[in-house]
Amino acid sequence: GRARLSQAEPRARPGHGEEEEVEEEGCYQLYPGHIPTSPLQKALLAAGSAAMALYDPYRHDMVAVLGETTGCLALPNLRDKMKHHPEGYRILQERPRIRLSTLDMGKLRGLPDGSLGREYVRFLEDNKVSPDTRMPPKFVDDEELAYVIQRYREVHDLMHTLLGMPTNMLGEVVVKWFEAVQTGLPMCVLGAAFGPVRLSARKLQVLATELVPWAIRSGLNASCILNVYYEQRWEQPVESLREEIGIFPPP
Amino acid sequence: VYQVFESVAKKYDVMNDSMTLGIHRVWKDILMHKMNPSPGTLLLDVAGGTGDIAFRFINYVRSARERQLQRKLRHSQNLSWQEIAESYQEENFKPLGDSQVVVCDINKEMLKVGKQKAQHLGYSEGLSWVLGNAEELPFDDDKFDVYTIAFGIRNVTRIDLALQEAYRVLKPGGRFLCLEFSHVSNPLLSRLYDVYSFQVIPVLGEVIAGDWKSYQYLVESIRRFPPQEELKAMIEDAGFFKVDYQNLNLGIVAIHSGFKL
Repeated sequence: GRARLSQAEPRARPGHGEEEEVEEEGCYQLYPGHIPTSPLQKALLAAGSAAMALYDPYRHDMVAVLGETTGCLALPNLRDKMKHHPEGYRILQERPRIRLSTLDMGKLRGLPDGSLGREYVRFLEDNKVSPDTRMPPKFVDDEELAYVIQRYREVHDLMHTLLGMPTNMLGEVVVKWFEAVQTGLPMCVLGAAFGPVRLSARKLQVLATELVPWAIRSGLNASCILNVYYEQRWEQPVESLREEIGIFPPP
Repeated sequence: VYQVFESVAKKYDVMNDSMTLGIHRVWKDILMHKMNPSPGTLLLDVAGGTGDIAFRFINYVRSARERQLQRKLRHSQNLSWQEIAESYQEENFKPLGDSQVVVCDINKEMLKVGKQKAQHLGYSEGLSWVLGNAEELPFDDDKFDVYTIAFGIRNVTRIDLALQEAYRVLKPGGRFLCLEFSHVSNPLLSRLYDVYSFQVIPVLGEVIAGDWKSYQYLVESIRRFPPQEELKAMIEDAGFFKVDYQNLNLGIVAIHSGFKL
């Protein structure tokens, strides 16, 4: 049987239908886009999304789902790191979002070369990406943690900028290694471990000998990347920000 | 946006195979055998977007026609060479024997996928694709020999209207066939089926089609759909006679059949 999109309305289920359901799913949405799931469903989703992400690397939504379903330990950890840091705490309070509608692209483009804002816009244009393509969280069962993972996703492009890595497979893997060390998210760890599977031997060599050790060292040395209020630092030179966070210069 | 819809329509076939573990193919085969169409039958397949029923119909009628021709040739032992040569000419050959199937669907993207499939699999003769609404069919009265609706009637808002339309467009003597998810009365199977439906199917929808919500809705709509006896009564209300149903897999799916007399 098939569901027709034209007739399927996304409905927030207000409770249980008249029929019996075997598993009790969460009774209501905690945030827009939230889909409550049972532990069994989360397990199936984690396994399925991992398999699908490996099978079809263009399924970014699967990587996102994997992150959400496996992040139950790492996300609270990250949230606590943010809470105990003055800048991170402010981010949790103010909940800034990085989106084309909230960014003044013209102003950022006008900033001097080498500044965070200018280099970020350059990165977006060179790689033809947009911050608006990040998936909103669906399967995180805590509204604050949902914001934390959303912030992590939106800051990902800034990671590329700070690490100087493009959005090809090699660059993504390097960023994943850095993020794995920084966040401890199982999705990052898996992505870092399995991403290289699709790389050529030559790239693997560069990866293993230079890029990954650098990414790991930087990741360990750096303070928590979610504790930086990037939106207030567009004018800051990238190098100065790198030094402040503790990221070593890219090879 | 157009292309997004196209890719989701393409995923429907994959989703059907995954959700039913390929068993939906068997169900559709059983429907075709029950129909047992002879060459020259005019079939209307409603909500038949990606063409599964239509292609099976063509295959069935093609082999029925072959057998028909073979039988005719065997009985005509005293033909002259002239007559035999003529019988093999294109105009008389008619591989489908004038059988035709019209696939009608409300969704343009599903029809598009169906047309592409037809082209890819080599189906061209005796097949047409029409955009239309089951509650208000764009066809004249008394036109078709058989009307089928496979896994589509569940999505119709006014089932009674669809049934009335089915009655209208069928010829007297025509047959109504409906293949649809139905109710499982066996308590053990019912529990297992519920777990599978509510726990696994939305996950499959998310992983394969990137669409949790539609498949959650699908599972819920199956539970809300009238059970076998109730649907039988509705079909009788529309004017059909000799209405009956056949449970497949203990009621997970049922084929309802009725005749316009």
